[in-house]
Amino acid sequence: MNVTINHFLVVSFLLFAIGFFGVLVRRNFLTLLMSIELMLNAVNLNLIAFSRRLSDLTGQVFTVFVITIAAGEAAIGLALTISLFRQRKTLNVEEADVLKG
Amino acid sequence: MTGVLLTGTAGTLFVVLAVLSLLMAIAVVAAKNPVHSALFLLASFLLVACIFFLMQAEFPGAVQMLVYAGGIMVLFLFVIMLVHQRTVKGTKSLQHQWDIALLLGLVFSLPFLYILWTEKFADVPEKANALRMAGGRVVGNTQAVAAVLYSDYLLPFEVASIFLLVAMIGAVVLGKRSTEKMD
Repeated sequence: MNVTINHFLVVSFLLFAIGFFGVLVRRNFLTLLMSIELMLNAVNLNLIAFSRRLSDLTGQVFTVFVITIAAGEAAIGLALTISLFRQRKTLNVEEADVLKG
Repeated sequence: MTGVLLTGTAGTLFVVLAVLSLLMAIAVVAAKNPVHSALFLLASFLLVACIFFLMQAEFPGAVQMLVYAGGIMVLFLFVIMLVHQRTVKGTKSLQHQWDIALLLGLVFSLPFLYILWTEKFADVPEKANALRMAGGRVVGNTQAVAAVLYSDYLLPFEVASIFLLVAMIGAVVLGKRSTEKMD
């Protein structure tokens, strides 16, 4: 079947929406971070699709940078998770609602 | 035909991969056990990397597999192991307003989906092998990306390396045990 850019846009939007829903709704902090990674993945898919459509390598270079930033952000997020667990003994985001130091 | 990115078998393969990756993504959000979520996320990453390969993006596909599947998911699994708690039966995995969020999300995404499905983009002439050419020769995607990355995008490349250094320092500092005694 013929696949156009619109198919890619719809798939990437649905991936992003699923990731967004996961960020807003999951209780476990680790799964929240995983949903953030899903959103970044959706953006990557969009970039690659447009890079192919416009015959331009810029989208692919941008994708490599997005993956790099996602790796750094995952490392920081996981260090935060460990720190949160040490302080509160819980990973439930609904219980971490006090802004005290 | 202008604007058609994949035809025939490749198109069907894309649809299969896309549907599977969406199902894996739903499973990430819906799974109760975080280890299951991590494994479904890994599957979703690998499927999206396959889609990258279909799109003549071999270098980003390989980077996705190496960094996401090989690095980030291993980190996730280590941290899940370190902060493992015995899950009490009956603890919910979703916050208590998830059904309203799902309903609102579905309603609000319908206009987006309509626009994305029917949007017509300008016809850009497709250059054959444009994603594999560097310096006028056909050299393969990795060399083409490298030629652009190290010439036009050298500054973001260096900034990305500084970002990784900062992220590493931040992760080490955040992960240190505090030296004061805990009561």
